[in-house]
Amino acid sequence: MMNLVNDTVKAIPPSGIRKFFDIAAEMENIISLGVGEPDFDTPWHIREEGIYSLEKGKTFYTSNAGMLELREEICKYLNRKFDLSYEVNEVLVTVGGSEGIDLTLRAMIEPGDEVLIPEPCFVSYKPCTILAGAKPITIPLKEENEFKLTAEEIEAYVTDKTKIIFLPFPNNPTGATMTKEELEKIAEVIIKHDLFVISDEIYAELTYEKKHCSIASLPGMKERTLIINGFSKAYSMTGWRMGFAVGPEELIGAMTKIHQYAIMCTPTTSQYAAIEALRNGDVDVEEMKKAYNGRRRVVVNGFREMGLSCFEPLGAFYVFPSIQELNMTSEEFCTKLLYDQGVAVVPGTAFGDCGEGFIRVSYAYSIEQLKIALERITVFVKKIKEEK
Amino acid sequence: MRQKILELLEQNSKITVDDIAIMLECPRDEIQKEIKEMEKEKIICGYHTLINWDKTDKEVVTALIEVRVTPQRGQGFDKIAERIYRFREVKAVYLMSGGFDLTVIIEGKTMKEVALFVAEKLSTLDSVISTGTHFVLKKYKDYGMILEEDKKDERMVVSP
Repeated sequence: MMNLVNDTVKAIPPSGIRKFFDIAAEMENIISLGVGEPDFDTPWHIREEGIYSLEKGKTFYTSNAGMLELREEICKYLNRKFDLSYEVNEVLVTVGGSEGIDLTLRAMIEPGDEVLIPEPCFVSYKPCTILAGAKPITIPLKEENEFKLTAEEIEAYVTDKTKIIFLPFPNNPTGATMTKEELEKIAEVIIKHDLFVISDEIYAELTYEKKHCSIASLPGMKERTLIINGFSKAYSMTGWRMGFAVGPEELIGAMTKIHQYAIMCTPTTSQYAAIEALRNGDVDVEEMKKAYNGRRRVVVNGFREMGLSCFEPLGAFYVFPSIQELNMTSEEFCTKLLYDQGVAVVPGTAFGDCGEGFIRVSYAYSIEQLKIALERITVFVKKIKEEK
Repeated sequence: MRQKILELLEQNSKITVDDIAIMLECPRDEIQKEIKEMEKEKIICGYHTLINWDKTDKEVVTALIEVRVTPQRGQGFDKIAERIYRFREVKAVYLMSGGFDLTVIIEGKTMKEVALFVAEKLSTLDSVISTGTHFVLKKYKDYGMILEEDKKDERMVVSP
């Protein structure tokens, strides 16, 4: 029998989240704090626009890069929210942020290139890098630095083969964010070593207390940054699979080429809904953000009251408490918690080895659910501590 | 601060002072004091539960009545509005612009009870010129809440 699957794909381990999902799926009555998607329905006016587009028979392909109207709205949005200035030919509408990551790597990488990936991070950076033929180099992020990336850390890992660095802030799973001042220091090193940045800003709207700063807005960085963003998190549109990539025209052109052969275009209905989201969705984003912010404090407070160290995340909708003092691996903790209390949280290791000793807890749930889950986790942690 | 407290309470009047304190990062005592003061100032007028009576055995008939009245000298619509809202059956009274003056929402056990109230109590007031009664057949949404929706979390238990 022929070898059906190539060695590169074979060598990639399955997602740690998937593995955990399989265990959880077999159980009943679980309270889950394990999801990476909003609990709000897509705001009605956005859904309505999708429905209306179907009623009007807007069911055909659009241009490969995405409808011009949508790309224009994306440019206006980036300018309005993050002081970024882009033209429509620097925008590509993708099937979620994930496709944007894949396309950027495939369009840029030459065999032997190295890609710097700060960890813990979103599950697909590493596999996509390997699939594109490059070598992922892990930069471990530390809790004592609030899981931020520093210029010194980049210096320590950069080689003459380094081409790209991922900058995933606000971060999934840690909720860490970067300030403008911190990014300025990083930008210096990036320019010095002639690196290119893939800045994953899918959680940009969900930044608490401070305004999100995109590294592309710093002097000299626009031409060496590709921003990944989308509608899933801010507008609660995960299932619509709508993302976008913005960056240098030449690169966007190359990405569009791959996109047109692999995908053709993003779903037309989703594009119409996305236009409405950008035009009239600010109020919804603010409302959802306000709700997340309140829950964030309840959850951080909950873990600290359990006596676990939990740094305060200022972005996304996750907290990343430490379980190091309990003397068990994060996978062991999560599995036992699941069987013992019926609460699902994700082991930090699902986001890379650097996540060992931590768990990811999503607060995209109602306060009532969060409080029940926190009570159960408290019981569990107390039991573990007593057993010790 | 007051507005933030009110927003949380409007969404869920069951929320505890402790939770509000954590969510707004403000000392518990301060939240408690603000709430007490707002109660005194009648900014917070009460704590209600939104009940869908249709799902219970209790018989409730709701009617919306358009009332045209003659405003009284020196007191405008306030006096007649007060005479109406004092009735036990009256759940809400609003002064309106447009084709009529007051919207009066009435709850009774039966349609007959509501009809009798309109005929005997409301229409007979001196200032009332006319009434138009509309019975509520079904409530879909009330106080910003969708009453029928039974929402299930359809997200996977664990996801990226």
